This record gives sequence, structure tokens and C-alpha cells, in this order.
Amino acid sequence: MRKPLTLRILSSLDAKSWIALGIFLALALIVVPVLHLNFPEDSALHVSTYAITLIGKIMCYALVAVAMDLIWGYGGILSLGHGLFFALGGYAFGMYLMRQIGRDGSYGADLPDFMVFLDWKELPWFWVGSDSFGWVAFLVMAVPALVAFVFGYFAFRSRIKGVYFSIITQALTYAAMLLFFRNETGFGGNNGFTDFKRVLGYTITSSETRLVLFGLTAIMLAVTLVFAAWLVKSKFGRVLTAIRDAESRVMFIGYNPLWYKLTIWVISAVLCGIAGALYVPQVGIINPSEMSPANSIEIAIWVAVGGRGTLIGPIIGAFVVNLAKSWFTVSFPEYWLFFLGLLFIVVTLMLPQGLVGLWKKIMAKKGAETC
Amino acid sequence: MKKTLITLLLSLGSLSAQAALDPAQVRQLAAEDSTDKVAAIRQLTQMADPDAVRVLKAMAEDSLFLAGDKVVIIDGDKAFDGATGEAIKMPANPESPTVNNRIRGELASALAALKLFDADVSVRLASAQKLQSQVTPEMAPLLARALEKETDAQIKALLVLAHAQANLANTDPAARLAAVQALAETSSPTIKSVLLPLTEKAGEADDKVRYEAIAAVKAIDSRLAIAENVGRAFSGLSLGSILLLGALGLAITYGVMGIINMAHGELLMVGAYATYGMQTLFRAYFPEAIDWYLPAAIPVAFFAAALVGVVMERTVIRWLYGRTLETLLATWGLSLVLIQSARVLFGAQNVEVSNPSWMSGGIEVMPNLILPWNRIIIVGFAMFVLFLVWVLMNKTRLGMFVRAVTQNRPMAGCVGVPTSRIDTMAFALGAGIAGLGGVALSQISNVGPDMGQGYIVDSFMVVVVGGVGQLAGAVWAALGLGIFSKLLEGWAGAVIAKISILVCIIIFIQKRPQGIFALKGRFVE
Repeated sequence: MRKPLTLRILSSLDAKSWIALGIFLALALIVVPVLHLNFPEDSALHVSTYAITLIGKIMCYALVAVAMDLIWGYGGILSLGHGLFFALGGYAFGMYLMRQIGRDGSYGADLPDFMVFLDWKELPWFWVGSDSFGWVAFLVMAVPALVAFVFGYFAFRSRIKGVYFSIITQALTYAAMLLFFRNETGFGGNNGFTDFKRVLGYTITSSETRLVLFGLTAIMLAVTLVFAAWLVKSKFGRVLTAIRDAESRVMFIGYNPLWYKLTIWVISAVLCGIAGALYVPQVGIINPSEMSPANSIEIAIWVAVGGRGTLIGPIIGAFVVNLAKSWFTVSFPEYWLFFLGLLFIVVTLMLPQGLVGLWKKIMAKKGAETC
Repeated sequence: MKKTLITLLLSLGSLSAQAALDPAQVRQLAAEDSTDKVAAIRQLTQMADPDAVRVLKAMAEDSLFLAGDKVVIIDGDKAFDGATGEAIKMPANPESPTVNNRIRGELASALAALKLFDADVSVRLASAQKLQSQVTPEMAPLLARALEKETDAQIKALLVLAHAQANLANTDPAARLAAVQALAETSSPTIKSVLLPLTEKAGEADDKVRYEAIAAVKAIDSRLAIAENVGRAFSGLSLGSILLLGALGLAITYGVMGIINMAHGELLMVGAYATYGMQTLFRAYFPEAIDWYLPAAIPVAFFAAALVGVVMERTVIRWLYGRTLETLLATWGLSLVLIQSARVLFGAQNVEVSNPSWMSGGIEVMPNLILPWNRIIIVGFAMFVLFLVWVLMNKTRLGMFVRAVTQNRPMAGCVGVPTSRIDTMAFALGAGIAGLGGVALSQISNVGPDMGQGYIVDSFMVVVVGGVGQLAGAVWAALGLGIFSKLLEGWAGAVIAKISILVCIIIFIQKRPQGIFALKGRFVE
């Protein structure tokens, strides 16, 4: 007899992990807001707006990294185009944010500024309904899902895999970037969307809004982690891992890998879309450079640094790499690319299991010594 | 100024050839009154005679003098008779006639018009070519006259066109009709714009001429479109050549080692910077042989890129065999390091690499279709490299080993092929070819740290379409993609072209997952 769903979800993480998750949520939802609001700016305990924005941003990246890990770590499919889904989610939510500006833009018109600039008289068809939060929230998930489904269906059906698949996803995001760079596409061209004023009627720059967005991102990250843990332990996850390890054998046993791959591919894309939607209001800008192939490859390195095939690994990786990035770009901007490049090389050469793998190895050694 | 020229040219129409110059006429050149001088110049122009040209030229150069009642030309310490051109004794005190601005203008026009009757073919040709863009209806009789005398076919063709253009305003509809018919044979945008007014009722009263003009414009349009498409196909061919140089190396490394080298674009960059280095070297030490820096750069670029390739292979890629996805990431890391190194060494700005003088200019195939030399040479260079690679792969021992490792690595190892050394050699070869691609690229685009990034996706597409480890596949795919994308760009714009090509590739892979030329026989995934 199968256990009820709640029990199965509960059992997807062990007790230690649940506690860790609880501590993380308590930190994000209670400690950080209290520290931010109740302590003056010069206090040592004060958490600055900069830190909140930075950590919020990195949590969005961590969400993307988990999504990437689902497809790469568990599905064995390396996508070099995940930045596309992230940006699509961001753009979908950006449309809503642009409409929320209302008449406060520099032209004081009903249309977003860039449309006035292009001398457009009315909204293009795909902007219809973008002033409704519900519809946009649907788009945030539906658009990446649709793109991923159509692309994935054709790619997986013809059994494109390995580096071929990676290269094609890279070309896909590259082509999309070129498309979004055009003014005629209707998404603000080079500049993308920026100068947001409000979200759901609240001022976007106020501390409270920031904290709510921060908290939402933390919750979303926690929910995604639990969901992913449940997913990879489910029967579906097992089949997926089997496909990763020996696709032909799985086929001969009688499974059709197409639908398994396609499902995880679409789920991964939707998670990226949500991450993008949470990212845009916190960072305050979305433009086509988010779709550049280099950005998408960076996502892969977050996962690789943390350790793929584990769920905590991508989150660690996203934090480590991005904290290093913000430190480098401030202190030694010219060395950042050297560092990133060497990181790619060192991690693939020396740490195939990432930091989590290294930790496990050290622990195993310690365990062996103490025994 | 222009009016005088036209009147002059008109008067030329009725001229008749004469053996020698009339001394009285020459004398008139030094007359007191400017009007008399102008009349003399015009009369002399009508002669269209070398002697007249000589005298007028002397006058324009202020070497015409009046000695007594004789006009003499003084050149240094020699004197010549103005009318006959015979050498004479230096006159005692020659007097220079006044040449004011009016006379100077008159002289310049006269000399320009006389060039159409010059004895030297190249002077006539230059004059006729210059005329093409400034034909006015008043020139018609002169052009008819020049046409009559002309013997050179090329100049004649030009004059026919000019004459027809001038005749478009003729009052006789039959002459206009003939002119339009003559012009319909051309394929120049300027002639099309000349004909356009005649296609409307306001510009042309005669129905017959108007219909003819409409047909002529259509004919010119279609020829222009052909030229445009040929031009696009050619630029596609040169793009394809660059892609081919990029993809050949990729196809070899991917075929032999099964790894995708994301730093391949940066090897192109290494080649381009090597070219830049050679140019700097030549500028500093051999400025007189600066045109030769490019041939000298070819081996340098090859070995520089091959060296970088060997270092990459020995330090990183060697340890990742069999882990293709990880190699992808590691080589991406290498590419970042190379880009940043180039920035540190050469600065983030693009550096300037100029074409050698023998590569500038182009062949004019049609008035609106010029094939630039640098692109022609690049296509030829790509073919040459392709030939070398073909020879290397099919006719040498190394090539045989490389093919053996591509087909079956363990078996090749068993029969004594040093697979590990072959890997290094193949990687160096692929890198070196990329370096050669960089030499070619430096001649047609910017040389900067990021230059490789733009070509890497396209090069991969070539490998994907062409099939793995297949030279023939890479060739067809590179040229096909290059030409197809340039033609599409012409119709739909660069972005749409790029996207539709991607869609086409995805559809294509549905049908032929192994590329155009699949490896025959069974092979294990």
C-alpha cells in the first residue's frame, strides 16, 4: 500500500535536513527582517539593503541551479540555454512591472516608455492582459514551459543528446538574445525593462517590499528543494536516473525515455521562469544580455562547483561562485574572468563531485581514521 | 562654366579635320580682347587635332608667348612655333598674353572635351567614364561625333550609353525610342534613375517610348536583382570559407577525441593576434616589405595556435577523455582565460590590422557588383587549406593514424598506433587550422579579445550539420550555411535569418541525426 502524499513528502528529507531547512527559513523570514528594520544603519547587527538585494539575487540563482541540477545532475542532459527560461520568466513578470509604472514614466503615457519612444499607438497582442497579476503569474510559468516543451519534444524525439544537445540549446538562447535585442520584438530592445515603480501597488524600492520579495524567494527555494527531493526519490526520479546512466537499457526494459526527459526538462524550465520572475523586481532590470550563452554556461558551473546529483550542492555552488563574483568585480575586476575560467578547469579536473563530493570524501577519510 | 563646356562640345560636332593649324587662328590666342581669345580657343577645339591640344595645353600652363607677330611655345630653354610645332630659335623678348580666369575656365573645358578625341586610348577611356555621370542633352551631337571616330570597343560601348542618355531628351520620338532601347541593355542603377521619369505620362508623352521605358526599367531591375543575389551568394561563400576554417579544426578534434572544444574560437583569436604581431614586427623592422607580412603571418599563426592547442591538450583536455560534457565546461574555462589574457596583453580595445595593398580593391563584375579582393583571396585560401588537410588526412601516415583513432580507438591502439600522441597531434592540427582561420578573419573583421565568440556557435552548427569527423560534410555544411544565411539575411534581416537557420538545423537533425554524411556501417553510441 502506498503511503499518503504528505508522508511521502515528509520522508523525502531526513530529520537533519528538515531542521536545516527550518533554520534557513527562520533566518530568512524572521532574523533578517528584524535585523534590517530594527537596527540603525551604523549598528554591527544591521543587515544592509545591499546585502538583502545580493542574497535575494543569489537565492534566485540558487533556484536556477537546482533546476539545472534536476536536468543535468539527475537527467544527464547538460543544457547551455537555461538562461533563456530564466529571462523569459523575468520578461513575463517585467511586463507586469512595466504596466504597474502606469503614467509615472518619463513620457507620462499609458504605454511603457519604450513603446512611446518607438511611436507605437497601442500594446502589441502579447501584452494583452499584462496588467493582471494573475495572468502574468501564469505566463511566468507557461511561456518557459511552452518553449521548453516544443523545443524539447523535437530534440528528444530525434534523440539529440550529449554535446549536440548542449550546443543546440546554446544556439537557441543565442538566437533568442538576438531576437530580444531588436526593438521590433516589443520587449524594450537593448535596454529591456527597467525603472520599475510598484509591484501589486506597493513601492518596489521600500524596505518592506524588498523583505517580502526576499522572504518569498526563500520560501520558493525551500519549496523547490522539498519538491526536488521528493521528485528524485519518486519512481519518476529513479527512472530518470536510470536513463541518465544507461538510456538504451531503459528503453529495452520498456520505458519511453522521451516523456521522462521531456517532463523533467519542462519542470526545470518552469522553475527557471519562476526564479526569473522573482529576480526582476529585486534587481530592477531585465535585458537581453541575460540570455547570452555565457550566462547560461555560468549556471552549469554553479552546479558543478557545488556538486551535481545532490540537491544542496547547486545551492552551495550558486552562493560560492556569486559571492566570489561580487567580491572580485569590486576588488579585482580584471581577475574575475581568470578566476572563473580557472574555476571551470579546476572543478572539472579535480572536483568532479564538487564541494559536496569533497566534503563527503573528507568525512569518509575521517570516519576511516576514527574507526 | 558648364555652359561653356557644352557650347564647346556642341561646336565640336561640326568640326572637320585639318592638317595644320592656321597661324592667324593661333595668333588670335594672344589677341588683346578676351572675347577674341575665347573665339580662337573654341575654333581650335573644333579641330580635335593633337596640334590644337598642344597649343591649348601650353596656354593653360602659361608657356605660350608672343614674339613679334608669332606665337611661340617656350619649354625651358627651347622654343617651338605655335602653329607648326617646329623648333625655332629662342626669341629675344617674348611677351606673355594675359590669361584671366574666364580664359582659364574656357581652356579647362576645351581640354576636357578634347580628351574624348585624344590619341591615347586610356585618356579617352577615362574621359568617357567620367562623362557617364554628367551627360546632358546638349552633348548629343558631340557624342555622336566622338562615337563615329572611336575605334576602341570598350570606349565605344561607353559612348553609346552616353549618347543614348543624351538622346533621351531628343524631340524626335524615334531617337528617344532608340535611346531607351540602347539603355535597356545596361545594368546600372544610375541609368535606371535616368529612365524612371520616362515611365510616367508627365515625363514622356509618346506611348511607345513610355512602354519601352517601362520594359527597360524592368529589365534593368531584374539584372540588378541578379547582381545583388550574386553578390550575396559571394559574401556567403566567403563567410562559408571562414566557417569552414573554423569547422575543419573542430571536426578533426571532435572526430578524433569526441570532445567539443569551446575554446576553439579563441584559437582563431590567437591566429588573428599572431597576424597583428607580424604586422607590428614588419612595420618596425621591414617597413619596405610590409605587404609581405601576411604570408609571413600564416606559418606563425599556425604554430602559435597549435602551440596553445598542445598546451591545452596536455594540461587539461588529456585528463577528461570520455567525459564530454565536462570537457565542454573545462574548455569554456580555457576560453575565458584566453580572452582575459588577450585583454591583459593587448588591451580590451580592438587592434588595427590592415589589408596588404595587394588585397585592397576588387573586381567590378557589374556596375553594382564588386567582388573585393580580400574576400576572393580568403575563399582561395580556405580552398588551399582544405586541400592541405585533405592531403594530410588521406595521403600521410599521420592522417592514416588519425583516421584509425577516429574509427576505433582501442583497436588502433592494439595494432600499435600511439593513440595518445595522435591525440596531441590531431589537437595541434585542429588548433593550427583555427589559427589559419584567424589570419583570414583578421583581414575582414575586427581583431579583439572577443572576436572568437561570434564564430563559435556557427562553427558548431557546421559540425552538427556536417556530421562528425567528416571533412566532406564540414565543407558542404560550411558553404551551405554561409551562402544560405547571407541570402536569407538579404531577404529577411540578420536576426530572422539566424533564427530560421537554427530552426532549419533542428528540423534537419530530425531527419538526419548524424549529419549530411553519416558514418557508414555500425557504430556504438
